[in-house]
Amino acid sequence: MSEHIDNEERRKFIRSSLSIIPAVSLTSTLGMPSWANAATEAVDLDAYQPVFFNTEEWKFLLAACDRLIPAEGDGPGALEANVPVFIDNELNGSFGRAADWYMQAPFDESVSPLFGYQSPLTPAETYRKGIAAVNAYTADTAGKPFAELSESQRDEVLAALQNGDIELDGVSARNFFGFLLQNTKEGYFADPIHGGNKDMAAWKMIGFPGARASYLEWVDQKDRSYPLGPVNINGDRG
Amino acid sequence: MARTEKPVDVVLVGFGWTSSLMGMELTEEGLEVLALERGKDRDTVPDFAYPKMADELTYGVRYKLMQRPSESTVTVRHNSNQKAVPYRSLGTFLPGDGVGGAGSHWNGHSWRPQAQELRLRSYVEENFGKEIIPDDMTIQDFGVSYEDLEPHFDFFEKVMGVSGQAGNINGKIIEGGNPFEAPRKNPYPMPALKRTLNDDMFTDAAKRAGLHPFPLPAANASEAYTNPYGMQLGPCNFCGFCERYGCINYSKASPHVCVNGALKQRKNFHYRTECNVLKVELAEDGKTATGVTYIDKKTGEKVFQPAKLVILGAYAFHNAHLMLLSGIGKPYDPVTNTGVVGKNYAYQMTGGTTLFFRDHNFNPFIGAGANATSVMDYGVEQIDFAKEGFIGGSILNAGMTNGQPIRNMPLPAGSPSWGAGWKQAVRENYGHAMSIGSHGSNMSYRDCYLSLDPNYKDEYGQPLLRMTFDWKDNDIRMTQFMKGKIEPIAQSMNPDEFRSGYKTQDSHWDVRPYQTTHNVGGAIMGTDPTTSALNPYLQSWDVHNVFVLGASAFPQNLQFNPTVLVGGLTFWAAKAIREQYLKNPGPLVKA
Repeated sequence: MSEHIDNEERRKFIRSSLSIIPAVSLTSTLGMPSWANAATEAVDLDAYQPVFFNTEEWKFLLAACDRLIPAEGDGPGALEANVPVFIDNELNGSFGRAADWYMQAPFDESVSPLFGYQSPLTPAETYRKGIAAVNAYTADTAGKPFAELSESQRDEVLAALQNGDIELDGVSARNFFGFLLQNTKEGYFADPIHGGNKDMAAWKMIGFPGARASYLEWVDQKDRSYPLGPVNINGDRG
Repeated sequence: MARTEKPVDVVLVGFGWTSSLMGMELTEEGLEVLALERGKDRDTVPDFAYPKMADELTYGVRYKLMQRPSESTVTVRHNSNQKAVPYRSLGTFLPGDGVGGAGSHWNGHSWRPQAQELRLRSYVEENFGKEIIPDDMTIQDFGVSYEDLEPHFDFFEKVMGVSGQAGNINGKIIEGGNPFEAPRKNPYPMPALKRTLNDDMFTDAAKRAGLHPFPLPAANASEAYTNPYGMQLGPCNFCGFCERYGCINYSKASPHVCVNGALKQRKNFHYRTECNVLKVELAEDGKTATGVTYIDKKTGEKVFQPAKLVILGAYAFHNAHLMLLSGIGKPYDPVTNTGVVGKNYAYQMTGGTTLFFRDHNFNPFIGAGANATSVMDYGVEQIDFAKEGFIGGSILNAGMTNGQPIRNMPLPAGSPSWGAGWKQAVRENYGHAMSIGSHGSNMSYRDCYLSLDPNYKDEYGQPLLRMTFDWKDNDIRMTQFMKGKIEPIAQSMNPDEFRSGYKTQDSHWDVRPYQTTHNVGGAIMGTDPTTSALNPYLQSWDVHNVFVLGASAFPQNLQFNPTVLVGGLTFWAAKAIREQYLKNPGPLVKA
C-alpha cells in the first residue's frame, strides 16, 4: 500500500497502525496459540543500549547502515528498521562467535577467495578490527572518524571497501564489508524476533507476508497482488 | 578403553532416508536393528512446528538444521597440486544433521533416472564410440539396470507420496507427462500439484518451442494421502518455507513423516542420537566387520557396538570417509588410477536464467518445494553426444518456491548492491521475477576424488575428508549448450529483462554460493572389484557384512536430484540382504 503515498504519510500510517496491533493480536477469541502472547515491542533505536558494540563502534555502525540502506525513497531505511539492533544481537550470539564454523588452525588466507572464509577472526572480531581500521583510515585521509563524514564521503569509503581499494590493518576489507552488507540486509528482512525489520516495514515495502505460511487458496489466483499484510513469528500483524 | 554395548543383529550408521527404509525392511525379518545418529532427535512436532519454522534467518541463512562445520567438515582444493583448506562455513552444499538428515530440509524433487544413465559408459560406447570419452573421464555403469530397480522406485514413490503426471506407463506415452521418462508400471500416487503463474507461462513458451513440458514430480502431497506404512500426509499448503526447513504441515516427504512413526513402533528397532560413529571395526582377518565404535556426545564416552551386519547410511561423503578411516577397501590413488575408495567423486552442473516482468505478479512466497514445470527434451538420452561435443544432459525447470527475501531477491543485471538504488531495485523487482534453470549431470574424472586430509583434523582427532574437485571442459560444454536452449525460450516470453548465470571455460568450483547438496561417488557400485568399492548390491567387495547406501554409490552424477535413486537402491540392497545374504552370509557376487 505504500507505493502511492509519500514517505512521511507512510510513516504516520505505520505509527498509527502500530498502536492498534496489540488489540488485534491479543484477542483470545481468535484462538491464537500460546506463542502469540504479546505484540512485539520494538525498541527505540535512540534509546537502545548496545551489548556488543562500544560507543565509538556503535556510531560507526549507525553511520554505515544509514548509507547501505538509506531512508531516502519509499520504504524504511536501515535505521528506521532497527538494523543496528539486529547486528548487535547477532554479534553477541553464536554467529558473532563463529560457533558453528570450523575455526581450527592452520589458516591460509593466501588461497583464492573461491575456497570461502579462511580468516582466523570470528565475525565479531572482524567487526571490531574492521571498524577501528576504517576509523584509522578516515582519520588519516579526512581527519575524522567515519561517522562524522558526509553522506557522499561515507559512500565513497564503503564503495572502496567493497571494491578492495582500501587495505585495512589486520583485517580483510572484503570480509568486513561482506559481513556488514550481508548482516544489514538480514536485519532488514529477518523476522522482527531477531531485533530488526521494525514494524515489519521492510516486508510491507515488498509485499512479503512474513510468517503466514499458508496459501493453498491463493495458488490459483494468478497475477494478483496478495491482499493481506504480514504477520511475524510472535503473531503480530502488520 | 571403550565400553562394549549389548550386541545387535544390524547397526545402521546415520538415521536419514536410507537407514529409515532399511530399518523397516530388516525389522520385518525379525532382526534386532539399531540406528546410530550423530545429530539430535527430530520430529515434526516440536522441531518443525509452526510458527518457529517460518524463520528465514535461523533456518534459511544460519542453517540450523544443517551439519555444523565445527563438528564435521571437509577440506577442499581444485587439483592435486594444491594444499586443501577447510570448508569452514557452509555455502555450496548443506549436509543434513539429526534424525531425518537431509530428508528434512530438501525440496522434494523426485526424479527417477533415465534408464541409460545407469549404464552410461556402455550406452556411450555402443552409440557414439569409445573414442568420444575423454581420457581422464572415469564414467562407469552402475551394475544394476532400470528394470531391476523399477519396482523399488515404484514403492519408494508410494512411501514418499509423490505428486506428478506420468508420461510413460508400460511404454504408452501420456499427454502432459514426461514422454522421455523410462517406462513406469504405475502412475504417481497423487495427481500433480496445482500450477502457479510461472508454470503456465513456461508451459506455453516450451510448447511454442516444440518441447514437452510437464509438472516436476514432487514429494509434496497434493491431497490427503496414506502411504503403505500407514503414515498420513496432508495436502501441501504452499507455505513457501521448504528448502532448508522441516515441513510444518506433514506434506513434504521426509523420514519423520513417511517412515519413522511406523518404524519406532517396532519392538526390534531402536535408535540412539548424538552418537558419532568414528570407525567400523574389522575382525583380525579384515574380511568381516565386528561392529562400530562411536562417541556418545552426551557423555563423551567411547562405546563399541557389536553387530553382525554394519550398514553405512550416512551422508554420501561421510560413508566414503568412514570407509577410509576404517580400512574397508583400497583407497583410490589418482596417480596410478588404482584403488577404489574415494574414487569418482562428482557434483552437479547447474545454471539458470532469471526473467523480470514488471507487469506480472508471481507472489514468490507462495510455493511448494517442488513447485515447477520441467522439460526433458535435452536429457541424457535425447542428446547426440558425438555431434554436440559433450557427454551428459539436463532437465530444465521453471520453479517458483522459497521466495523469502533475504536469500531470494533476484535483481536485474547492473542493479546496485546497496544504497538507495538497491532499495529501489528491491521494491520494483520483488515478486516480478521467475527463473528457468538447468539441473545437469556431472561426469566423473580421474583427478576428482576423496581422500584423507594430511593437515586438518576433526574434534576427535581424526583426519578430515579431502575433496579434490573442479569443473571440466565436458561439463562446461553441457551447461553452455543448455544456456543456448534456455535463453531463446526466455526471450520468446518477452520479459522486460533477463539475466543468465552459467559456468564458462574460465569457471572454477566456488564453494561460497549455494549450488546443490547432490554430492555423489566415493564408494561407488559396479561389477568389477578393481574399479568399484561395492558390488551391484551395495555390498563391500572386501568386507562382506558391510553394505553402503546412498549417493556415494553413484559412479557419476545423474542429470537429476538423487533421492529417488538413493531410495530405490536402498530397497534393492534390502531385497538382496533379505532374500540372499541372511540365508548365506558372504559375498553376493564372486570377485
